[in-house]
Amino acid sequence: MTQRDQMKDALKGHGADYVEIRLEESDSTRIQYLARELEEIGRNSGRGGSVRAAFNGGWGFVSFNDTDDLKSRVRLAVEQAKAVGGDKTELAETDPSVADVPAVLVNDPNAVSLSDKKDRMDHYNDLIWSTPGIQSSSVIYGDNRRRVHFVNSEGASVDQEFVHVICYVSAVARDGGDVQQASFSIGSLGDYGLIDGLDDEIRAVGQRAVDLLSAPGIEGGERTVILDPVLAGVFAHEAFGHLSEADHVYENEQLKEIMVLGRKFGQPHLNIVDGAAIPNLRGSMAYDDEGTPTNRTDLIRDGVLVGRLHSRETAAKMGEKPSGNARAINYNHPPIVRMTNTVIEPGDASLEDLLEGVDDGVYVRNWYGGMTSMEMFTFSSGEAYRIRKGRIEEMVRPVMLSGNVFKTLNQIDGIGNDLGMNQGGGCGKAGQSPLPVSNGSPHIRIQNCLVSGA
Amino acid sequence: MVDLFQQAADSGFDQAEVYRVSSESQPIGFESNRLKEASRRDTSGAALRVIKDGRIGLSATTDPASEAGLVERVGEIAPFGAAAAFEMPGPADYPAVDIFDPAVEALEFDTMVQTGQSLIDAIRKDWPELNCSASVSRGLHTTSLRNTAGLEADFRQTSYSVGFGGELVRGEDMLFVWEGYASSRLFTDTGWMVESVLRQLEWARNTAEAPSGQVPVIFTPRGVSAALLGPLVSGFNGKSVMTGSSPMGERLGEKVVDERISVFDDATIAGAIGSRPYDDEGIPSRRFPLIDRGVASNFLYDLQTAGRMKAASTGAAGRGLTSLPGPGTSVVDIAPGDTPYDDLFLGIKEGIVVERLLGAGQGNQMGGDFKANVLLGYKIENGKIVGRIKDTMISGNVYDALSKLEAVSDTAEWVYGTVRAPAIRCLGVEVAAAG
Repeated sequence: MTQRDQMKDALKGHGADYVEIRLEESDSTRIQYLARELEEIGRNSGRGGSVRAAFNGGWGFVSFNDTDDLKSRVRLAVEQAKAVGGDKTELAETDPSVADVPAVLVNDPNAVSLSDKKDRMDHYNDLIWSTPGIQSSSVIYGDNRRRVHFVNSEGASVDQEFVHVICYVSAVARDGGDVQQASFSIGSLGDYGLIDGLDDEIRAVGQRAVDLLSAPGIEGGERTVILDPVLAGVFAHEAFGHLSEADHVYENEQLKEIMVLGRKFGQPHLNIVDGAAIPNLRGSMAYDDEGTPTNRTDLIRDGVLVGRLHSRETAAKMGEKPSGNARAINYNHPPIVRMTNTVIEPGDASLEDLLEGVDDGVYVRNWYGGMTSMEMFTFSSGEAYRIRKGRIEEMVRPVMLSGNVFKTLNQIDGIGNDLGMNQGGGCGKAGQSPLPVSNGSPHIRIQNCLVSGA
Repeated sequence: MVDLFQQAADSGFDQAEVYRVSSESQPIGFESNRLKEASRRDTSGAALRVIKDGRIGLSATTDPASEAGLVERVGEIAPFGAAAAFEMPGPADYPAVDIFDPAVEALEFDTMVQTGQSLIDAIRKDWPELNCSASVSRGLHTTSLRNTAGLEADFRQTSYSVGFGGELVRGEDMLFVWEGYASSRLFTDTGWMVESVLRQLEWARNTAEAPSGQVPVIFTPRGVSAALLGPLVSGFNGKSVMTGSSPMGERLGEKVVDERISVFDDATIAGAIGSRPYDDEGIPSRRFPLIDRGVASNFLYDLQTAGRMKAASTGAAGRGLTSLPGPGTSVVDIAPGDTPYDDLFLGIKEGIVVERLLGAGQGNQMGGDFKANVLLGYKIENGKIVGRIKDTMISGNVYDALSKLEAVSDTAEWVYGTVRAPAIRCLGVEVAAAG
């Protein structure tokens, strides 16, 4: 019996409202430098699976590495679901998908030898150290091939393969007790070429770490800020993306009132979309982890909330369409509502237009991280520069920015005519991290944005 | 099936080690005030670490069928690997550490459900508008280590955790309250968690305008863990010291913070989640200070980092299945001071309490800096809490803040079961609030 037949066979007579089985195989390579030395080089493989079952509105979930006896795993997941249930199972209707989707491969990292990869990273580490004054460095390369087999009790059967590549570099400079660091990260879906020509970016990381030692700090407070496309992408993800995930909303009556479709969140120039169907980005895929075909979902159109991200359950409970946003980081976790590729659409302002009239502000670029609690959110710049009288001037220490979803989106008063994607990040939610996502935006300007001291 | 260790030992490596983990956990989750999900998660895998011609290689798998291929694969990788600066340890005397509780193993599903539901019900009795979630989980974890120096050891650990909280949405105002605890022992006293959540709700009943500038800040034990611990501990990590990126690097034996601060790493504390008889390379656990009465005392070392620093491992090695061991903390124990908790507030005309943060750990932690949005914090006026502060950020440097120390509470509390900390009042933290 083929693996797919075994999976289908294990579902026979399951006795629940809905059951799905996922099996995965993965192979990964990792090369890591610390300071001048290669620290770690490793190759790992994984295999595992999970079964998720729904009964009377309750969910059972079982994950395992030993994939031999799927029938007993199904039985256990159904038992778990029955022990929970007490309501009604509601899942939005979808046509059961049958598909075999090969990996997107532009430049297959698996076709590059380990020694070539190591030579490339050696070179990057040397570039960082070519800046006088570097104290330490970190270079991390990783690639991962993951094959996922999915079947459910409605007849869906989807095989998908994903190849991801990431590269992260950071540099540390130090002057006595003052330690400063700068970093850069990039990832791609199936394209080793994207991490192959980064000399300029990496040299700049070394220089920035050293320059930060002599950069002044700034006082915290509310300021006009201009975000570069990379940091603005992180902003879109944190400021609004998470709040548009329907699992936060679907069973909370008060939140449903606040997040009602048609509510105004920003000015008419603001448009935000999310979708795994946007091709060739870190969050791109043909089917989500419930086998739902992916999509491109308008979240904010002309400043107004027009859509949200769904799993089949949240869509059914809110009477909306499933958007193909149920994702699991791996077989060890159930799919939950996640973003994929989140983008603020370009407007018509040039960077000069955005700078015009800013007497005292901050230009923030690149990112360290971001986090949200729905209402309030933070995102951190990798670089910050003073803006005076419409000009970008000296570098200052990187700052953290903070906002409130009910105020800050409306304080975006300028949207650039460019667009850049941030492909270097991963998203964490409910213990599932880092999930490959991308986000992007043009340059944007925000009035009265709360900036930390630095 | 050929035994992986035997196969590795017979393959002519200088040294070889097999690290195995297996764990079974059973979490149940409550959403919107009721039970939503029951899970059973089993994971297992093996990692082979070798030293071949003086270089380190590692390869791991979660697929039992792939284990037979690990020896060949690690042999291909090792020539590219880092030069080994250590020898694997042989058997030693390990301390008896109490981390296994048969009562956790025997815990019934229905009891877990009752525990979660009763916490939610207890809060909603007073706050029916709160949308509550909870999780109760039990687990059994086995770790085994075998190397060519003759070490052959394993231990079992149980874990039990309870967390619950809720969201309160009032117009455009959202409040998240939460409490949780984890231990290797079963605990049935959860009343204090209910009290903690009720206190958070009570203190946040009103909203207050946050002050700006440098004002006295009280970090609750949870606030200490969220804001100060990460940047502090990163300076004591042997790897940061080795690369010269720690501001503590040359300061061992010097006073680096106020003398009322002592910080220990202690993997021998009974019941704590990070406790263990030996670290992930087989070095026996012991209690030792990172900071002893304000003086930098020890760094955290694994074998490789220690070897390169001509020092001894402190038993600080931690590892995931698929990566080499690295130094880290096990259980962090910050000593209490001498100020009764309520007296921390005395004499503060205007200040804030920091309990939970959003975004801590982003930024330049290595230099000791911290920056974050105050997810849950309160304003103090004339020694009393007057309400919750929002849209407020804090920033500072941990060495500076702990040098401008004003008081340390005379009790220390567990934060999740991996950190025990007192509340700390200090100056030197900049507060920025939206107008």
